[in-house]
Amino acid sequence: MDYEILRLIWWALLGILLIGFAVMDGFDLGTAALLPFVGKTDIERRVIINTVGPVWEGNQVWFILGGGAIFAAWPTLYAASFSGFYLAMFLVLATLILRPAGFKFRSKVDDLRWRAFWDWALFAGGVVPALVFGVAFGNLFQGVPFGFDSDLRFHSQITLTLLLNPFALVVGLVSLSMIVLHGAAWLNYKTEDAVQARARAIMPYAAASFVVLFAIAGVWLSYLDGFHIVGAMAHDGPSNPMLKSVTTATGQWMKSEAIPAVVLAMGGAVLAFLLRRRPLLAFLSSALVPVGTIATAGLALFPFLLPSSSDPGASLTVWDASSSKLTLEIMLGAVVIFLPIIIAYTGFVYRVMRGPVRARDLDRHSY
Amino acid sequence: MDLVTLSRLQFAVTALYHFLFVPLTLGLSVLLGIMETVYVMTGREIWRQMVQFWGILFGINFAMGVATGITMEFQFGTNWAYYSHYVGDVFGAPLAIEGLMAFFLEATFVGMFFFAWNRLSKVQHLMATWLLAIGTNLSALWILIANGWMQYPVGARFNAETMRMEVSDFMAVLFNPVAQAKFVHTVSAGYVTGSVFVLAISAWYLLNGRHAEFAKRSMTVAASFGMASALSVVVLGDESGYTAGQNQKMKIAAIEAMWQTEPAPASFTIFGLPDQKGRVTHMEVKVPWMLGLVATRSADTPVPGISELVGIAQKDIADGLIAYRGLMMLKEDRSDAAARKAVDDHAEHLGYALLLKNIRPDIENATPDEIVRAADSTIPNVPVLFWSFRIMVGLGLWFIVLFVLSFWLSAKRQLDRWRPYLWAAFLTLPLPWIAAELGWIVAEYGRQPWVIVGVLPTALGVSSIAAANVGMSLVGFALFYTGLLAADLYLLRKYIKLGPDAALAYAPRTEEAA
Repeated sequence: MDYEILRLIWWALLGILLIGFAVMDGFDLGTAALLPFVGKTDIERRVIINTVGPVWEGNQVWFILGGGAIFAAWPTLYAASFSGFYLAMFLVLATLILRPAGFKFRSKVDDLRWRAFWDWALFAGGVVPALVFGVAFGNLFQGVPFGFDSDLRFHSQITLTLLLNPFALVVGLVSLSMIVLHGAAWLNYKTEDAVQARARAIMPYAAASFVVLFAIAGVWLSYLDGFHIVGAMAHDGPSNPMLKSVTTATGQWMKSEAIPAVVLAMGGAVLAFLLRRRPLLAFLSSALVPVGTIATAGLALFPFLLPSSSDPGASLTVWDASSSKLTLEIMLGAVVIFLPIIIAYTGFVYRVMRGPVRARDLDRHSY
Repeated sequence: MDLVTLSRLQFAVTALYHFLFVPLTLGLSVLLGIMETVYVMTGREIWRQMVQFWGILFGINFAMGVATGITMEFQFGTNWAYYSHYVGDVFGAPLAIEGLMAFFLEATFVGMFFFAWNRLSKVQHLMATWLLAIGTNLSALWILIANGWMQYPVGARFNAETMRMEVSDFMAVLFNPVAQAKFVHTVSAGYVTGSVFVLAISAWYLLNGRHAEFAKRSMTVAASFGMASALSVVVLGDESGYTAGQNQKMKIAAIEAMWQTEPAPASFTIFGLPDQKGRVTHMEVKVPWMLGLVATRSADTPVPGISELVGIAQKDIADGLIAYRGLMMLKEDRSDAAARKAVDDHAEHLGYALLLKNIRPDIENATPDEIVRAADSTIPNVPVLFWSFRIMVGLGLWFIVLFVLSFWLSAKRQLDRWRPYLWAAFLTLPLPWIAAELGWIVAEYGRQPWVIVGVLPTALGVSSIAAANVGMSLVGFALFYTGLLAADLYLLRKYIKLGPDAALAYAPRTEEAA
């Protein structure tokens, strides 16, 4: 297969894996973010935790796989983004490692302080990653200061205070409201009575926040400098990001190809709100929000993956940050074989665990 | 401390922590599969009780394995960015396939294992348990294919256009003999860990006169599975030694503290006090022939000593410098055909030239004396390897003795007769972890000064980030992990003390808690 086509496929697969993460792990991150507020009593919190209990581990593999696939298919992006965003990444990892222990350990001790501690740990493990990933995306649109030396050694001047700029924080809140909406829609679907009522009551606010913040971010973006490649660039050339030139100009990110994705994101949020009394449909609608949001970001940035504000020519693009042709081929083969199998057994698991979680159903196998 | 030391320390701490939980997951998942198979075949309740009780302990440990594993997947990018750039084309693929083929399977069916007892038929649940065990073991396979490539980087070549290693033969990466040997050795060690865990806790119950039927059945399974595994760890550990003899001569010479090449077949040093500076080993006690036979599988192939290997490294550095000078010219003029040919012809030893970067930045001007110093730096820390290896092997031999004894006692139905035996079994509980951690120290500390043997020196692999940030994350991870480990041990102890009857009757008491 053509190197250019392979790179395009892997750009799409990068999006699909991020969407898989945001849709599948998104609702359990959102559920955890809502845990202390939607669950008033211990039994309610156990109900909430057990709605995701059997599936969150599988969901989290979308995150792990995302990391592995970026490593394999976009090694330059893997090296640059994770070392460049070092402290942000540390925050994400530190809060995510609390989650397995939080889910597993929380209900194993009959002590209110113990349980409250893990409830807030789970809360942090939901809110912090959602916020930080949004902030990271917000920074992609502005570019971050980095470059390469002649050995292609990546060096950056990115600091945490630089990342926490107003536009990035708005995008962080876009991400957080998206995750909260998705979590509320999940609880609305998987619980009954008081918990369901509280989750449902949150949905209008979450949907409205998302739509408003997404619109603000979009308008703001039209005033920001976007990046574009100057002159012709080989799409099947070596993965060396130092061989092109790039300029910036206001409004470059406002690409018409992204419009359907924008409609999908905002439409999904509105539908989730309108259909909140039809819980399954509302949940499926809220799943469209991450699809549309990530597609919007990917299409607007295309062909850029990680723009550099200090040395625009060193920006990582789809055409110069990938693995070799052979590795992309091998990895594509692995995805084509295994992704359908994963989807099949994941579907089986959701079918086995279907139906609402009620307090009276909790037993000794539950969390 | 400098950036390189802090980055290495963080990797060592997070990886050694991760591997406190992985071997038990590997071993217990298979033991659960075996126990549940017996349950489904015989229909006897006690076997279901065994699966569920050991399952509770498995779950507590599994959560920690997942928690500490998250960091590992991203740490190459955060802390080893140049490594990730330089070898990601090769090294990333097995990690990604691990996610696709193994970890998804494992993580999806672990949910079924715990939550679907009442939602699946007996046979379906058994399938879920085995898929969990298979996923766990396949996961180890892909991780060790990645790790094996760091030890013996086959099937890849340097590309001057992209300044990195790229895959040339994926099948060679996949069927890397070092990776295969490591996989079998590591999963067997995991099975031993799981078996010792079951054996030791059951022995503790018998010592206290509790749950005799439950404990004896558990010990019977652990004894036979453990005996097979303990034998295979040593036999296939020998296999690791053999491949190391072919590919990682320096590591095996360091493990043996063999400073000079000995006439074939070389002897094995059982005891000695290696002196790294003087390059001698004091008070050696040797077994003739043994090393030569194990490492080369022949009586007349010599095992090269450290001094001989350092001499070879000097030649490799000089050869690698030709490739490096070509690379310098290519940076000036990408179309310089002579320079490209020099790189392609000598790229095999480019990594050796890069060792000089630890001595001076402009390595193309290295003096002969500096080349000698760089070659000397290929000697790993001999005393640490020498002793780590011997303690590990000693523990491995003890596991064989213990399991053979257990197997014999279980065959004679006398597991509960001999209190000294029960004490020995109980006190063995921490030993497999010590052996496993020492095994990684031998493998990875013994790989130094390389991060990819012969390709990339460790010091060049780090990210260009502030040492203070790494110091902060190192302290952060160490505190988080230690806190989580304390909670993990607290819960394991609590459920072990409850015992199978009480633990399985125990449901979280929410009314009191609320």
